[in-house]
Formats: sequence, C-alpha cells, structure tokens
Amino acid sequence: MNEKTLEIRGLTVCIPTEKGVIRPVNDVSLEVPAGSIVGIVGESGCGKSMTARAVMGLLRYPAKATAGSVSLCGRAITSLPEKERRKLRGAEISMIFQEPMTSLNPVVKVGRQVEEAIRLHMSCSREEAKARTVEIFREVEIPEPENRCGCYPHQLSGGLRQRVMIAMAMVCKPKLLIADEPTTALDVTVEAQILKLLERLRDTGTSVLIISHNLGVIAKVCDYVYVMYAGRIVEQAETNRIFDRPAHPYTRGLFRSVASLREGSGTLETIPGVVPNLLRLPAGCSFSLRCRQCGENCRRIMPDLAETEPGHKVRCFLAGKEGTE
Amino acid sequence: MMKRNLARRLVQALIVLAGVTLLIFVMLRIVPGNPVETMMGEHANAETVARMTAEMGLDQPLHVQFFRYISSAVRGDFGTSYSLGKPVSGLIGGAFINTLILALFAAAFAWIVGIGCGIFSAVKKNRLPDRLFMGFSLLGISLPVFMAAMLLQYVFAFKLKWLPISGTESWTGFILPAIALGWNSAGQVAQMTRSTLLETLQEDYIDTARAKGRGPFGVLVRHALRNAMLPVLTMMAIQFSGLLSGAVITETVFSINGVGRLMVQAISGRDIPLLQATSLLATTVVILGSLLADCLYSVLDPRIRQERARTAGASASRTAHEMEG
Amino acid sequence: MLRTKKKQTKQVTDLLLQSQIGEEESFRVLMRRMARENKTAVVSFVLIVVMILAAVLAPLLTPYGEKDMDLLHRLAAPSAEHPLGTDEGGRDVLTRLLYGARVSLLIGVAPALLSLILGAVLGVAAGYKGGLTDAVIMRVADVTLAFPSMLLAMVIMYALGGGILNVFLTLTLVNWANVARVVRAQTLKLKNSEFVEAARIIGVSRDRIMRRHILPNCLPTLLVLFTLNIPASILTESSLSFLGLGIQPPNASWGLMINTGRQYLYNAPWLCFAPGAAIMLIVLAFNFLGNGLLDVLDPRMKKQ
Repeated sequence: MNEKTLEIRGLTVCIPTEKGVIRPVNDVSLEVPAGSIVGIVGESGCGKSMTARAVMGLLRYPAKATAGSVSLCGRAITSLPEKERRKLRGAEISMIFQEPMTSLNPVVKVGRQVEEAIRLHMSCSREEAKARTVEIFREVEIPEPENRCGCYPHQLSGGLRQRVMIAMAMVCKPKLLIADEPTTALDVTVEAQILKLLERLRDTGTSVLIISHNLGVIAKVCDYVYVMYAGRIVEQAETNRIFDRPAHPYTRGLFRSVASLREGSGTLETIPGVVPNLLRLPAGCSFSLRCRQCGENCRRIMPDLAETEPGHKVRCFLAGKEGTE
Repeated sequence: MMKRNLARRLVQALIVLAGVTLLIFVMLRIVPGNPVETMMGEHANAETVARMTAEMGLDQPLHVQFFRYISSAVRGDFGTSYSLGKPVSGLIGGAFINTLILALFAAAFAWIVGIGCGIFSAVKKNRLPDRLFMGFSLLGISLPVFMAAMLLQYVFAFKLKWLPISGTESWTGFILPAIALGWNSAGQVAQMTRSTLLETLQEDYIDTARAKGRGPFGVLVRHALRNAMLPVLTMMAIQFSGLLSGAVITETVFSINGVGRLMVQAISGRDIPLLQATSLLATTVVILGSLLADCLYSVLDPRIRQERARTAGASASRTAHEMEG
Repeated sequence: MLRTKKKQTKQVTDLLLQSQIGEEESFRVLMRRMARENKTAVVSFVLIVVMILAAVLAPLLTPYGEKDMDLLHRLAAPSAEHPLGTDEGGRDVLTRLLYGARVSLLIGVAPALLSLILGAVLGVAAGYKGGLTDAVIMRVADVTLAFPSMLLAMVIMYALGGGILNVFLTLTLVNWANVARVVRAQTLKLKNSEFVEAARIIGVSRDRIMRRHILPNCLPTLLVLFTLNIPASILTESSLSFLGLGIQPPNASWGLMINTGRQYLYNAPWLCFAPGAAIMLIVLAFNFLGNGLLDVLDPRMKKQ
C-alpha cells in the first residue's frame, strides 16, 4: 500500500507581533507514508511543535495557519469546518504531548479521561467504555490495568502517565499518531520502553510522526527524518542515509556535537551562535549567520530544497560538496 | 485518614475559639470605669453602685468572672443585656435569623453573579462583555459597603420606590441589603474566576482535551472549570468573614434587626453581655465557616486530599506509594 | 485589557525568540516598565499625589475656612459658590472634603505603616525561628484573623475608647496579622534558599540573617502589602466613623461626614455622596497602584 497517511504541502503559520509578523512554520512540506515512523528533528524553537499543532488544528491564538494544505489519507483537512475537524481529532489523528506531568487533568481519574476519548467518538455505554479502557491499558503494558483506571494522574509515575496518554490517543485506532517529544521528560530506561511501544503501534497499522530534539530517539525508531531550522525544512532523508551522509551544515553540526560527547574527544563541538531571532532573519539562508561554510550567495538568496540523491533533499547551495570539515 | 486530619483541624479551631473568647472577655473588661456607673448615669450613688456591682458579680477577680461566664454560656445563658434589660440569648436568637438570611442572600448574589460574570468575561476575553463586566467588578471592589447601601437605598427605594426603604416585614426587604452586601464579594469572585479560568485554559491538559476532540463548551465545563473553581471556592470561604463585617453596616443603613446592628447598639450602650455574646457568635460562625471550607477543598481536590493524608502522618496509603512504569 | 493581548503576544514571542530575562532588574527599571505597561497604575499614582497635595494645600485652595458656618445657606445644593453644596451647618462641603482628606489619608497611611512593621517583624521571627515562637505568633494571628475586621475594630475601639490615636492603634491591630502571614510564608521560602544557607555556614548570627538577608528580600512584597493595606485602613475607618464609633467631632473625616450626612440623605444627598465618591476614588487609586506593583514585582518575587 503506497498511500500516504499524512501529506503536508507548503504549510505556513504566522504570528503577528508588535514588532512584525513571524513565521515559525515557513513553507513546510512533508509526508508520512502508511505504516512508517517519520521524525522531525531540530532545536527548540525551530517550528516542529507548531507544525504538529497546525496539523491537529490546535494552534493557540494569535498563531494562524495562513497557507498550505494538509491531507489525511488523501482527504484534505485544512479546508474543513471546525466541527468536522473536531470529529477527526482523537479518532483519526491524535497527539501526545511532551509533559505527561501536566497533560492530564489533575482532578479526574485517568480511567475516566480515557473513557472520555472513547465516548466522544463512538457511541457505547459506560461499561463498554470502561472495558475498552482496561483493554487498551493492557495493550500499552500498564500493569494492573483495572486498578490503575481509578488512579489520579499524580498517583502515577512519569512513564505510566505517558502510557496513559498513548492509550488515550490510540483507543480509537487513529490512522496517525503525532508524538511531540514523547520521551523528553522521561528517564532513559523508560524512554526505551516507550519507543518500543511506539514501534509496536506502527506495526499494528498506525503511522507515527515523532517530533524530537533528541537525535538518539530519532535514530532508534524513525524510518525517515526531516530536519527543521528557523521554520523551514533544511534536509530530509531516510534515517540511515542522513546519519551516514548528512549534507546540510546544520545537520552536520548537530551530529558532530552529539558524536563528540560520545567519543570523548576532549572538546565539546558546538554550533556557534544562538537560535535565530525570527524577526531578524537574513534574506538568504537562515543558517548562513552561523554556518562555517557560508558562501557568497548564501546570505542573499534562499536555497531551494534540492535532491542530491534519491530520497535525500537538502536546502543548501554547498550540499554534496565535501566542505572544509 | 481524612478523619485524623479533620480532628486535628477541629482541635485547632477550638484553640482559636478559646483564644477569641478570652480576648473578647479581656478586651471588654479592661475599659476603665465601672460599667454599672455608666449604666446608671446620673442616678448613680456609691451605695447602689456597690450593691449592683456585687449583684452582677463584677467585683470578682477576672478569672473567676471568666469561668462563671463560660459555665453559664455552655448552658445557653449569656447574661442579661445592660441596655435593654432582657436576656441576651433571646435578643440574639431572633436577630441571628435575620442576619443569616441576609448573609445567605448576599452570598448567593455574589456567587451567582460573580462566577457567571467571571466565566463570561474569560470566554469573551478582551471583547466588550469582558471589559463591561470587569468594569462592574472593579466598581464592586472599590465601592464601600455603606456607599453601596446608601446608593441603592436612595435610587431604588427612595426615588424609584421599587423596594422598601428599610425593615424586613416582607422578604423583599432583604433584596437591596443583600445586593449592597454581596456587591463587594461579587466583584472579587468575578475577577478571581476570570483570572483562574484564563490561567487554567493555558494548561497542557486543555490541549489534550482538545486533541481528543472535545468541543469548546465541553473543554470549558468538563476540564477548565473543574480546576479553575478550586481557588475560587477557597476565596468564597474567606469572604464569609467580610460578609459579616459588611452586615454590620448594611443592617444599620436598612434598619434590619440583625446581629450586626445589635453589636452597634451594644457598643453605644456600653452593653458588655450583649457585645460579648454577639462577638462570640460572629467569630464562631467565621471559624466554623473556614473549617467547612477547608474540608470542602479537600473533598474536591484529590491532590490535596492525598497531601494532607500524608502530612497527617496516617499510615501510608498505597496510592501515596509511587509505582514504577 | 488591551494590555493582556499585548502581554500574550509578548509571551508567544518570548517563547520563540531567545529571551534575555535572567538579569536582575533594578527597581528603577521595574518602575519604568510599570509606567510603560500599566497606564492605570500611573494615573492612580498621579491621582494619589494630587490628593495628597490637595489635602496639604487645603487652606490655599478654598476661600472658606473649615469651620465657617453659614446658617442662612444650610443644605444648599451644589452651585457655583459651593461646588459640592453645603452641609447642615452651612459649611462648604468641598472645603470639609479637603480638610477631611488630611485625616483620611493619615488614617490610611499611618496604621498601614505600623501594621507593616509589626507584621513584618513578627512574620520573619515566626518563619525563621520556627518552633514555639512560630506557634505562638501564628495562633495569635489566627485569633486576630478569626474576627471579621469590622467586629474586631469595633471591639478594640470599645476597649480603648475614642480618639484619633486609638483609631490608629485599632487599625494597626486589625491589619498586622495578614502581613505577618504573608511575610512568614516568604521567610519560609527564603530560609531554604542558597544564599541564606551560605550565610549560615559562614556563621552569620540568626538575628543578622533575619535583618540583613531575609527582610530586604521581602521588601517588594512589603511594598505591595503596604499599598494595598492603605485602602483597607481607609475603608475600615470610614465604616467605623460611619457608625459613629471612630473619629469623633470636632475632628472630621470623610466617614464621619457621611455619618452626619445620612440624616439628610433624601433632601441633600450630596452630603453623603461627595465624601463617598472621594473615598471610592482614593481606594481605587491605591488598589490599582498596588496591583500594578504586584504585576511588576511578582516575577521578581517568583524568582526569589
């Protein structure tokens, strides 16, 4: 089946501020093929979470999606009225958030919260919903599922809470699950378990879009990776390829900084400079100010996403050339 | 485990009550001058004064007087009013009912109007209804009770003649005083409701609720309000004390025979037993009120319930024991 | 309200941009920020200053003396000669309002200051020393707070008798407990902060720690409490005087004016409403200022 679960074309999100309009998501196009796990990686503030929210339709005022289209299994959803979109949320496309601590309603039992997801989209009785909740708790490997249903969020550990979130997101068997930094707030052992769980979900037919700034997470589970910087996609490729042959200077910088940690080379490699101020972006490539290989045209002209090899696109004039690294 | 907490809180309340009784008693006795003399005015001659003083037991040392008072008080005998010559308990009985009705009407007004305005304001943030309601609430907070009372009396009773100027022969006599009394609280409740609701709406679990497919009304009622109302409820309990303060004035302006007005009369008449009994009554009500509010808060917020159980040193409930995911 | 929208946009922007909050902002910078963001607070401040000036310069602002009676023109409605009318003795209401401002402002500020000092000292002691001191001070505070404020004020006034000084004392005793509680809470937080621990390790004495480290860090809170306690004192005094239990003639306060004016509510309503409006204005002004200060100083407090 070659159908694409999610297709985003030219999505742009605008936020009007007193000092001007900023575009945390700028002309982003990506796809999540059926039965795969796709990752978006980038620094904090690069626009990855905003993209996810735009897809779900959960942008917070004053952010607005001003251009582009999103299609779920071939069906355009950005043009739908809000009421229709709401029917999709939780049922066809769902999302889990970064902080399981604060993402669950603290005064409602977790069982009831999952039941709510069920009864919003499927008409069934309380007992049926309860049974289904216990079932899904078991599927996401929550021990003692019947007891846990009656717990409040603060009575559960971080890992358990994230599992509850996943259960809540999966209970209506959505086509797409968006996971925004699913393991960032968890410790490493729990992270491995959650990632395995996500892989299992993929195997049972739900495509997953993972958003993370953690390269390790991306490397472990993603089939395809998109790298974002200052609101744009700067590189995209299959995971193996991007880790073997990162082409964009930013991607290279990212990998280098992580590798230097592991190899213990003595010096911590960093990308010089700071996250760009979205109000003061250069006319050309957004990364040009920090790029070691910055060339003549880089600052003036914005490069297009060009394919350097099949399935591998880079937004850089100097890509494919072995630079001075 | 909650009962142990309740018992502890009860004991604390009793200590405070004892302190209050002692304080009132001492305060009223340190006034220089023999109350009997003041009572008798010009007719006082040394002999009669001495006789009456002995009769009333006012020549006994303070602690003896105190114990006598307590022992009669628990039997329901609060002495005889100096200025009105009747037993105090009788005087208070009828007055208490009036004050209670007044306070309840005022509280109902404050809460219904306050919460309603607050919710409406938060939902229509920064638009006309919001500014209008917040303007009203500002007026509510800054208008002193006596001003509100006199304004209302002047406009609605005197000029428009819609409602009685004073007295409580019919229940309509309670309307204006209740509004005057509750006006201040309504303003506070409205502002607090608005701000807690706005804060709550920024929380992560609201996003989760929306991601599940909940519509705006459902999100508001089932998720936001449940959490936002908690601090508002505590505030309402604290306001109770303020209501009694205001009742003193409102009863005076509208000539309602209530505990507040009795207090004022007691002071001008140097009537110690009456003043003592009314003060005790008022403070007891406030103490009970805050005790009740505390319990209510525990019941409504499961986090507090557990936190208190833990700090009360109860046997570790299994839910307090974090379970690993 | 417009401010909130700007605030929200600012929040979003900060989220996305590299913000540089993290530097200690000096008091002056904070005040300038408040002046920029919170126009109502600035207006309130100006209003308060104007009122203080009006009170102080009262003799210069009005041709009438405070006690000048004119029985031929009793209870006259507001007119060109008497912008706020005259009272039952023919005295100009505006004049009485101006002179009464002196008392009312004094009644607001002095007890607020006194209760602030009392509450702060006791609060820090209770919070820092803990144990028996804490228990005793907090129980006394509880007892004080168990009384509705008016009732407590009335009982204390009864015990002390009338007179301005006693009114001061009463208002101080009514307000200190709130200050003590807040300061105690802050002390508890500060007690466990790193710089206090450092001081303790070096061997700084307990008293010195309380004085030099904890109290100064409570100053923002204290400033806010002070600004918010002033209107509370003014209101309590007005209410007391309104009932005839506070300031007694021949002294005048706005509350007392309302009390005497009440008899004439139906034929000369300006006697009540003029001082009433004045009270409202000043209470509003102080409340706005206090809230403005709170907004600006709060993040600073949160950091500490």
